[in-house]
Amino acid sequence: MKTLLKASTAALALSIAAQGAAAEGKLVIYHWFEYMPQELLEKFAAEHDVEVTMDTYDSNEAMLASLKAGGLGTYDVAVPGDYMVKIMAGEGILDEIAEGELANAGNMMDEWADPAFDPGRKHSIPYQWGSTSFMVDREVYSGDINTTDILFNPPAELSGKINMLDSQGEVLAMAALHMGIEQCSTDRDKLKALNEMLTGAKAHWASFNSDTAKEVLVSGDAAVGQIYDGFGAKARAEKASLEYAFPTQGYVVWMDNVVLLKDAPNRENALKFMNFLLDPENIAAVSNYARYALGVNGAGEYLDPELATLPEANPPAGSGAGAFIEVCDEQTQSVYDQIWTNLKK
Amino acid sequence: MAGGASPGGSATTDTYAGARNWLLMPAWLVLGILSLAPVAMMLVYSFLTKEFRGGVIWEFSLAAYDQFFFDRGLFGDEPPRIEWTYISIFWRSIWQAGLATLMSLLIGFPTAYFIATRPEKVRPIWVFLITIPYWVNLLIRTVSMKFLLRDNGPLNDFLMSTGLIGEPIHIINTNFAVQLGLFYSYLPFMVLPIYASVERYNFTLSEAAADLYASKWVTLRRILLPTVKPGVIAGCILVFVPSLGSFLAPDLLGGAKNFMIGSLIEEQFKGSAGNWPFGAAIAMVLLTMVLILLLLFARQQARADREAGQ
Repeated sequence: MKTLLKASTAALALSIAAQGAAAEGKLVIYHWFEYMPQELLEKFAAEHDVEVTMDTYDSNEAMLASLKAGGLGTYDVAVPGDYMVKIMAGEGILDEIAEGELANAGNMMDEWADPAFDPGRKHSIPYQWGSTSFMVDREVYSGDINTTDILFNPPAELSGKINMLDSQGEVLAMAALHMGIEQCSTDRDKLKALNEMLTGAKAHWASFNSDTAKEVLVSGDAAVGQIYDGFGAKARAEKASLEYAFPTQGYVVWMDNVVLLKDAPNRENALKFMNFLLDPENIAAVSNYARYALGVNGAGEYLDPELATLPEANPPAGSGAGAFIEVCDEQTQSVYDQIWTNLKK
Repeated sequence: MAGGASPGGSATTDTYAGARNWLLMPAWLVLGILSLAPVAMMLVYSFLTKEFRGGVIWEFSLAAYDQFFFDRGLFGDEPPRIEWTYISIFWRSIWQAGLATLMSLLIGFPTAYFIATRPEKVRPIWVFLITIPYWVNLLIRTVSMKFLLRDNGPLNDFLMSTGLIGEPIHIINTNFAVQLGLFYSYLPFMVLPIYASVERYNFTLSEAAADLYASKWVTLRRILLPTVKPGVIAGCILVFVPSLGSFLAPDLLGGAKNFMIGSLIEEQFKGSAGNWPFGAAIAMVLLTMVLILLLLFARQQARADREAGQ
């Protein structure tokens, strides 16, 4: 299976031949879809004379599964979200970055230099961060949208027009915020209540879709949709009546990070790439494209000025707090898995 | 399974008898590497212990099958009851695939008959026309279908402009959309085997039946259908089996609100659960079901051949 997976990976790979066959070395990136601007990859390839290959995935869990199924040793770097960095480190599939291996490490913003999910930034560097909440089409509904009731107990106008992300973590975290339950709760009564609430809320939902989260909103298939803030900003650019909500009950925040994978075939180039992304000008190019915030100092002059004023990135006064998704232990996770299965059975 | 091979002529001499093993080698390699090995691996994995967040521990365990058949409550410590969750997911998939097969048959049979009754010269053109849409990737076709069907999409726009309907028909994210998607995805698998059967049908038999005062309906039912039955069954299997495990159409057209067998398996590998043995066990249950179906078909086929031979 290992070789099979590798073969198919090679076949599917989106190859960015920089200097043709003359390239010095290679770099294989495993990355989210629709996130990294092509020009930036080309710039890196040209600067360092490296042939860059990129594969994409659509969820943290899918990435982990494919790495555990034989992807290790194929890829040099991946871009997991906060909680997934912790999981991957726990699984022992991340390599350690030694002191001084990244010349630009000092550029990290203080608040992202020592995060709880990767103390001391041993395995990762900050990439982009943002929030996950939902958008509402203001042409369909003009009432208050800054409440999780919109998703779980919606007004009649919105019932049956809601798209949820097809991701257990995002849906259950939002549901927990809605009910004021702490994440990874082991309280049986609360979990039963959560299970029942979700089953009831499902009657109001039209679909579960992650990769078309933006498209269903723009096309009008859904009037409400769970979405990441930057993806939401892109949706609003295509349909002005969409508004991003910051519920008073809270919302999910996340940070994606570039990690150095264990058994990276091109470790040197991987470090070069990470250093490249710690350069304010380069990481600003990602933000300008993906519309998310960055975690590196000194990027101000390179950023699209519009980013500072994005309504999707600036919670209004009185909105709830953002919460990172937490990593539950095996037994607790199995209850959440069961709740998710009950929801979708 | 190629469209109802009628026992026309069997070889009396085998020109390449000496090289037979060598000639079979590529087929054995392909079957062995691409079919048997993965299935064997799946079988083994389904009896292993689950590793948290994906992967397996090499210890024998029946936990995956236990999870499939027994319900131990939300917290896993209640006395076991029969688990209906997965059975109902299987039933839903079977029902969807069955309806899609029926739709394919209703459209596919007349289409195949039509093509087979054209002059011999133009038949390949019709077959060619049937296959043209399938040059496009399945994902793209399914997404396009979604565009066509949506509430404010071209189909509803057209129907409303003709005045046939006043309000858009809500098709997207319904079970009907899934069936439509499956039907559209696999229609040629129905048409082609039936076409192959009908093409070989000796139409003088129909004429003979008509001479003997059989009505058109009786001719169809008693003469044509029994003769082309292998093609029809092959077509049904070729549509039903992939529909059963499909997850593109349910996800994109059905809104992924309810698990189908395919998406349930996918969830075990790509979802938070990361339960590989359980995913393998579901796949094994599905495989067993399909195998039983095929065995029944093969037995029935053998009996029909024996009866025809006597």
